[in-house]
Amino acid sequence: MKIFKKEKRRDIKNNESIETSNTTDNTQSSVKLRVFRINAIQDPKDGHHFDEFQIPVKRWTTVLDALLDAKSYQDSSIAIRYSCRMASCGSCGMKINGIPRLACYTKISELATNTITCEPLPNFPYIRDLVTDFSQFFNHHSSVMPYIQNKKADIPDVNELTEYEQTPEDLDKFLQFSYCIKCGLCYSACPTVATDLKFPGPQALSQAYRYFADSRDTDKSNRLKVIDTSHGISRCHFAGSCSNVCPKGVDPALGIQLLRSHLLGFSNSEKKIAKLQDRSSSNSYTAEEEGEGEGKGYTEKNENYDK
Amino acid sequence: MTSSDSKNNINKNRQTTRWFSNITILRESQITKIHYITGVSALFVVAIHILMRLIMPFNMSLEFENVILNYKNIFYALLLESILVLIAIHGFNGLRVILLEIRQTLIWEKAVNILVIVAMIGIIAYGTRTIIIANGFSVG
Repeated sequence: MKIFKKEKRRDIKNNESIETSNTTDNTQSSVKLRVFRINAIQDPKDGHHFDEFQIPVKRWTTVLDALLDAKSYQDSSIAIRYSCRMASCGSCGMKINGIPRLACYTKISELATNTITCEPLPNFPYIRDLVTDFSQFFNHHSSVMPYIQNKKADIPDVNELTEYEQTPEDLDKFLQFSYCIKCGLCYSACPTVATDLKFPGPQALSQAYRYFADSRDTDKSNRLKVIDTSHGISRCHFAGSCSNVCPKGVDPALGIQLLRSHLLGFSNSEKKIAKLQDRSSSNSYTAEEEGEGEGKGYTEKNENYDK
Repeated sequence: MTSSDSKNNINKNRQTTRWFSNITILRESQITKIHYITGVSALFVVAIHILMRLIMPFNMSLEFENVILNYKNIFYALLLESILVLIAIHGFNGLRVILLEIRQTLIWEKAVNILVIVAMIGIIAYGTRTIIIANGFSVG
């Protein structure tokens, strides 16, 4: 009974706090927006500087909203790359208050500061202001052959096309890594990329694992050869910054470690992860399946896959 | 760094990488495997080596006669030789990895690889010579 009363009091307190925050929603505050300015193409010798803008914000204002406000009403020459405004396209990646983030996915209220500093992504060559050159990043991405290569697939002959079935278990092996939106945040956070331009970076390596783990792909050895070079996967220091900044929860560091374990001949880690995923998914369906054949399918398939 | 700088770097790398492009003695994953194995093995042999210092008072164990006696024990000499080889391989590969990250041209890569292999062989040869001389054999 006492516990119930305590919980009730807590609920009342929570409701009160929500109400007070709702009343503050309508009151506009403002933040100082510091924007990195450079024109690396027209004036490559000129250094950069920061322009400051006072921007009115509400609780839900994102950094991208603030930047567009500054661009619309104060300085139309600010260069920003953006598109979807919903963390799907990966265009608006930038360093916000020292951390690589998506501007559309970062609310000013969550930064808990009155000064927002926007800089271009590190490890990318500057083009202008917050816009950086992604050509090197995409070159690395294309170098790992980010597409399914299946020798059995007869694409030119439409009549011969067959459906390549994939079990949900096979899909689980790489699904997480297929959520990558190529925003470049992981690449910009990687300390190895900062010193080694030939290092493919976490994005390319996690995509290499994504296609390597795909049961429909048949060219796994070639895929491994591409990344098994002196500036390849072995140069990863496992700082883990890539996974920290990833806005989609891809966890590129995990992909790199799984791929590396395959290269070194220890593929058990993948089996363990598959088993853990199996266990967590089966826990939610225990009432329906009643633990029948739990994890068996994964281990059998993985054994075949490793062969 | 501007985009034009990076393009120039890539072009320079391409120009310097055409020769010496298809020679691969060991793949990087094999080198990494050797690096891990030598690292773990070195840990064990160095532990034995340090424990052997404790069978007598530490100062006594470093006296000239005792050191020479150690060298004359064939098992201990083999242990020292294995420490030398394992640490040389592990250490010089670590140095190679650090140096490779400094610059990315293939000429640099080739130079670092050669330098590291030569230095590694030199250190192993010099250490082995010491063990041989301490055993009473004359070299040269």
